[in-house]
Amino acid sequence: MRYAIALPFLWLAVFFLLPFALVLAIALGTNAPDVAPPVELGFSFKNFALLFSDDLYVAAWLSSLRIAATSTLIALLLGYPMAYAIARARPEWRPLLLMLVVLPFWTSFLIRIYAWMGLLAKNGLIDQFLRWSGIADNPGSILGTEWAVHLGIVYAYLPFMVLPLYATLEKLDTSLLEAAADLGAKPLTAFLTITLPLSLPGIVAGCLLVFIPSIGEFVIPDLLGGTDTLMIGKVLWDEFFTNADWPLASAVAICLLILLVGPIALFQRQQARSLERRT
Amino acid sequence: MNGRARFAFTVLAFGYAFLYLPIVLVIVYSFNESRLVTVWAGFSTKWWQALFANEAMLDAAWLSLRIALVSATTAAVIGLAAGYALARAPFFFGRTLFGSLVIAPMVMPEVVMGISMLLLFVGSEQLLGGPDRGFLTITLAHTTFSIAFVAIVVQARLADFDRSLEEAAMDLGATPWTTFRTITLPLITPAVGSGWLLAFTLSLDDLILTQFVAGAQSQTLPMRVYSSVRLGVDPQINVLATIIVCVAACALILSGWLTRRKV
Amino acid sequence: MHAGPIADSIVRIEGLTKRFGAITAVDGVDLEIQRGELFALLGGSGCGKTTLLRMLAGFEVPDNGRIVIDGQDMTGVPPHLRPVNMMFQSYALFPHMDVATNVGYGLRREGVKAPEIATRVAEALEQVKLANHAARRPAQLSGGQRQRVALARALVKRPKLLLLDEPLAALDRKLREGTRFELVRLQEQLGLTFVMVTHDQEEAMSMATRLAVMNTGRVAQVGTPHEIYERPASRFVADFIGIANILEADGGWLAVRPEKITLSANRLDAANTVAGKILDIAYEGDRSLYRIVTEGKGTLVVSTTNIDRTRPASFARGQGVWLGWSAEAGHRLSE
Repeated sequence: MRYAIALPFLWLAVFFLLPFALVLAIALGTNAPDVAPPVELGFSFKNFALLFSDDLYVAAWLSSLRIAATSTLIALLLGYPMAYAIARARPEWRPLLLMLVVLPFWTSFLIRIYAWMGLLAKNGLIDQFLRWSGIADNPGSILGTEWAVHLGIVYAYLPFMVLPLYATLEKLDTSLLEAAADLGAKPLTAFLTITLPLSLPGIVAGCLLVFIPSIGEFVIPDLLGGTDTLMIGKVLWDEFFTNADWPLASAVAICLLILLVGPIALFQRQQARSLERRT
Repeated sequence: MNGRARFAFTVLAFGYAFLYLPIVLVIVYSFNESRLVTVWAGFSTKWWQALFANEAMLDAAWLSLRIALVSATTAAVIGLAAGYALARAPFFFGRTLFGSLVIAPMVMPEVVMGISMLLLFVGSEQLLGGPDRGFLTITLAHTTFSIAFVAIVVQARLADFDRSLEEAAMDLGATPWTTFRTITLPLITPAVGSGWLLAFTLSLDDLILTQFVAGAQSQTLPMRVYSSVRLGVDPQINVLATIIVCVAACALILSGWLTRRKV
Repeated sequence: MHAGPIADSIVRIEGLTKRFGAITAVDGVDLEIQRGELFALLGGSGCGKTTLLRMLAGFEVPDNGRIVIDGQDMTGVPPHLRPVNMMFQSYALFPHMDVATNVGYGLRREGVKAPEIATRVAEALEQVKLANHAARRPAQLSGGQRQRVALARALVKRPKLLLLDEPLAALDRKLREGTRFELVRLQEQLGLTFVMVTHDQEEAMSMATRLAVMNTGRVAQVGTPHEIYERPASRFVADFIGIANILEADGGWLAVRPEKITLSANRLDAANTVAGKILDIAYEGDRSLYRIVTEGKGTLVVSTTNIDRTRPASFARGQGVWLGWSAEAGHRLSE
C-alpha cells in the first residue's frame, strides 16, 4: 500500500506540482526576448496587472465564459432528450445506442472538428443547402464565426453531456413516475416534479464536463472561429507561440486556473459523493 | 408508434444524424476525385495512394503509436496504484491532497498543462542538460495526464468490488500481496484494460500538450494533421479520418463482443 | 464472567471492546467457547455480533481486550496467519475461479502439494455433495450450491475454528430448514468448533449447543437454548427470545411463556388465575395466539396447540375467559 501511494505521488509531484510552481515563478518574471529561454526571473505582478487592465484580455475572459456557457446550455438541451430517449429505450437496445454516442469520442478530436470545416465553409454543403432550400439567399461562410465555435463545442463534447445524464436517468425507478401519475400528475408535471429533480446530479456533472474543457479550448476557436473570436485558451497559445511572451502566457494560465477552481471543486465534490454513494 | 415512442425516435434520429453526418461526409469525400470537399467530382482512390506515399505522415503516425503504447502502459501501472490507494487506503496523511492531485490533470486545461510541462523540461535542460525534447518528453507528458483516467476507472471498479472477496482470501491464508495478485488484480483487469485503452486513445489524439513539449524535431500525427488542416481542407486528411474511424469502430465492436461473450 | 481457563476451552475472549467513532460496537465482552461445540452469537442488527466475529477472524482490530485461540494470543496476528476460517454471508466465492480452484485456494496458500490438494478438495466437495460440480464457475451454481462451496472452502483447511456469518440468510425458507440439519450433521461428524452469527432466533435455538444473546455490544446471556428459553436472565432476553408475558411479582419481574398458561371458559384450579376478555386471535396453523385483556395483570399472550383437526374454534373475540398457570410456570428475572 505504501508503494501504491508513493509511486503516483512522486510522479505527480515531479511532473505536475513542480511544473505548476514553475508557471507561477515565470508568471512573476519578465519577458526577455534576447535570451533563451526568454525569461528574466523576478517578483512583479505586472503581467497580472496587464491582464486585468488591457481590454483585449478582459474581453477574452468574458467571451470565453459566454461561449462556454452558451455551448453548455445548447449541449444540455440537445443531450437531455437523447439521454432520456436512450434510458427509456428497450434494455437490449441501450448498450448499442450508448456505444453510438461514445464512438465519435474514440475517434480523433481534431478530425471531428476538421469534419465541420468542409461543411461550414463558403460554398460548403451547409451553405449550398441553405441557398438551395431558400432559407437564406446569401448566407456566406459560417466558418469563422462564433456560431461555428458553438457548434464545434457542442459537437465535440456532446458525449460528455449524454453519459452522466444517461447514468442518472437509467437508475430512475419508473414506478416513481407511475406513482406520480397515480396521484394525479400529468406527464409534464411528473417530469418536472420527479424526473428533473432526480436527474439533477447528472445535469450538474454533464454541464461541468462540457463547461470546464470548453473554457480553455484552443483547437475549436482556432479552426472554426474567426480572427475576432476571442477565447482565453487561444490567447495563451498566441502569447506563447506567436509573441513568445512566456511570462504573460504563464500569467494567463494561472488566471485560467483560478477561473476554473470553482467549477472543478464542484465537480470533484460531486464525484466523491457519487463514489461514496456506491460504496 | 405512440406519441412517446415517436418523440424518442425523432430525438435519437436527429441526435445521431448530428453526430454522424459530418463523419460520414468526411469518409465519402476521401474517395472524391476533386481536391475540393464541396464538390463531388467522381470516385477516386488517388488520395488514398497519396496518403500511403506520404512519408512524413507515416513517420508521424509511427511516432504517435510508439508514444501512445509506452505512455498508456506507464499510466496504467501508476494509475492502477493511484486508484487502488484511493479506494483502499484508510485515512493517511495528505489523503485529500493525494486525491486532488490524482484527478487534477484530468480537469486541468490542456494549454495550462502544456505550458507548465514545457517549463519543467526547459528548466531541467538548463539545470541538468536534458532530456532532449521529443519522444521522451512527449511520453512523460502524456503519461502524466493519462494517470487520472486510469485511476478513476480503477477506483470506480474497486468501489463496486465486494470486499469480502479479499477478506475471504486473507482468511484462507493469503498475504495482502498474494490477495492482490490472485484476487483483486484478476478481477479489476478489465477496468485497467479500459483505462489503458482510454490512455492510449488520448495519447494518440493529443495535440495541445504535445505541441508544447515536442521540440523542433518530433512531429506526431495530430501535429501533422493540425498543420495541414490549418491551411485548409485536404483530402488526405479525409483518408486518415476514414482509417481512424474504422479502427475505432472495429475496436469498440470487438471489445463489446468480448465483454458480452465473457458473461 | 469466567475465572480461570476451562480445560476444554478453545476460544477465550477477555474484555473485548471495539469502537467505531462514537459508537461502541462491542463493549467489554467476555466469552468462553468449548472445543467441538456449535456456538451461536444471536442478536438484532447492530448488536455487535458481526463485529465480534470479524475480530475473531482478524478483520477488525480490538481497541481493548484480547482473544486467545487454542492457547495462542491472537493480538496482532493478521487474518492470514490465524487458525480460523470463515464462511461469509455473501459466500465471497472468487468469480474468476471454478469450484475446485476456489476450494483449493487456501491449501495452495499453505504450500500443500498439488496431488494432496486434489485429494483434499475432492474429499471436501464429497462432504458437501458437490463432487460433480468441481469444474463449474460460481455464477453457474444455485444459491444452495454456492453456500456449500463456501462451506467446503472453509472446511478444507481443517481450521481450529470455523466462523459462519449468517450462514443461511441468503437461502430461501424451504432450503434453509434442510441446510440447518446438514450443517449440524457436518459439525458433529467432523468434530469441529463452529461459531455462528445469526439474527434468526429459531436458527440459533435449533442448531446451537450454546448461544450468547447480544444486545448493544454486550453479552446479555450465555447458555444452552433450553436455559435461554426457560430461564432468561433479563427482561431483554425473555422478550427477545420467543414471546414472554412479563408480570410484576413481589417487587420483581416474572416471565411466563404463552404456552405455560391455560386458557379456559371456566375458572381454573391453578396457583394463579385471572379473568379476562379475548382481544385478538391469531391462527397460525399449528397453534393459535390469543391476546387477552386481564383484570389487573395487563394484556397477556396465551397460546393453544391445535391438536384436533376437526374441532371448531372454541373461543371467539370478545369472549370472557379465565387464565391459569402453575407456581413454577414463571421464571423470576434478575433484572
